[in-house]
Amino acid sequence: MGERKLRIMVAKPGLDGHDRGARVLARCFRDAGFEVIYTGCHQAPEQIAASAIQEDVDVVGLSCLSGAHRYLFPRVVELLKEQDASDIMVIGGGVIPKQDFQMLYDAGIREIFTPGASLDSIVEWIKNNVKLT
Amino acid sequence: MIKTGTDMKKAEKIRKGDVRTATRLIRNIENNIPEARSTIRNLFPFTGKARVIGLTGAPGTGKSTLIDSLIACYRKKDKKIGALLVDPTSPFTGGAILGDRIRLQRHAEDSDVFVRSLATRCALGGLSKAAGDAVHVMDAMGKEVIFVETVGTGQQEVEIMNHVHTVIVVIVPGMGDSIQAIKAGILEVADVFVINKAQRDGADKLYQELMSMLNMVDSFPGGWRPPVIRVGSLFEKDIFEKNIAELAESIDAHYRNLVENDLLGDRVRRKVTAELNEALQFSILAPILEQLIAEGEFDTLVDKLLKKETDPYTCAEEVAKKYLRKQPLKGVTG
Repeated sequence: MGERKLRIMVAKPGLDGHDRGARVLARCFRDAGFEVIYTGCHQAPEQIAASAIQEDVDVVGLSCLSGAHRYLFPRVVELLKEQDASDIMVIGGGVIPKQDFQMLYDAGIREIFTPGASLDSIVEWIKNNVKLT
Repeated sequence: MIKTGTDMKKAEKIRKGDVRTATRLIRNIENNIPEARSTIRNLFPFTGKARVIGLTGAPGTGKSTLIDSLIACYRKKDKKIGALLVDPTSPFTGGAILGDRIRLQRHAEDSDVFVRSLATRCALGGLSKAAGDAVHVMDAMGKEVIFVETVGTGQQEVEIMNHVHTVIVVIVPGMGDSIQAIKAGILEVADVFVINKAQRDGADKLYQELMSMLNMVDSFPGGWRPPVIRVGSLFEKDIFEKNIAELAESIDAHYRNLVENDLLGDRVRRKVTAELNEALQFSILAPILEQLIAEGEFDTLVDKLLKKETDPYTCAEEVAKKYLRKQPLKGVTG
């Protein structure tokens, strides 16, 4: 029997071309032994959901620095649900004000990481919260 | 492994094109889950319809971008598309960044295009071990044209030839005497050459070098001399699209040539042979290795070898005697 590997998609939704953070995370997930699918910038939520399903990822990590997270993050969750894929976990990160956290949690975003979160803490959270299938 | 109801049901779903079931099956194959193989068994009779096209070449030569454009080209002909993109696994952490998909995202919302990235899981040869079965899955789903992209390859990663009907080798100008380097391995498996980024300096020289190399070949199977297609800059749209159309035409012509000269059977035989090899390894060698390792016997043998108390051939013979008692394996160990 082989080893089960965690598959994670790192995606940048919306009009936001600043992907340094997303790339650092992708690299850090690789170093944690995950298989990382990186979609690049300027992705519509529809593209992200469809890709996540095709790639059979365990987690989608959304990065947003544009301020449009209140629409974009919940939309990805919604689309996954519509396509019978709500088992794919969605987490987010970026420049996200504290007052938006609850709204995002309520919309189904499982965790939010903001500037200052250490790479280790993010990897640790994923390892502790994602059940490998 | 017995054909169970759920396996049949899964196979049925995949044949109807269900992406979630298909991609999960591919994951289970990657993870070596035994049940996955019985689903493949149920799918196998329904495979063999798709045309499979492989792209290989050094890292950064533009394989993914070419696939993106070829997909657009075949979508215009209303073909259903599958694409398997292989990227390397880190030998240190086991992790991987699968970044080929970035170039294909304009097709993400097209339900007739199914793109799946695979990590090599440290397999040699430029593909993942799951690639062959993943092709079967997409084939059974009803995908008509399936693209397989290898990792960035060097000289000897020719595994692709066992899995596709047409091999495209992508090269770019400015890699020194790269032709010298690829002369033995990869050059021989090419059915179509692409000189990508052909607007760059050195493209003409590269073209000439390839031509003179092909001129040295006495005869080609089926009389098919691999064409050399130049593809210019992505940013000069008109030229680029014309080049891609020419490439697609060459791919189709190669397939016709295989069919007309009765060579398609050879390609399929090559694929089946490789698959049987792999299946034998999986069902015979792998379980023995697993048991040897689990019981610590493997390490004991390694220790003995280090102390020169025995040699690898004797070890293999002893293992064969112990596990394969029924028939002596003369050819292998004797």
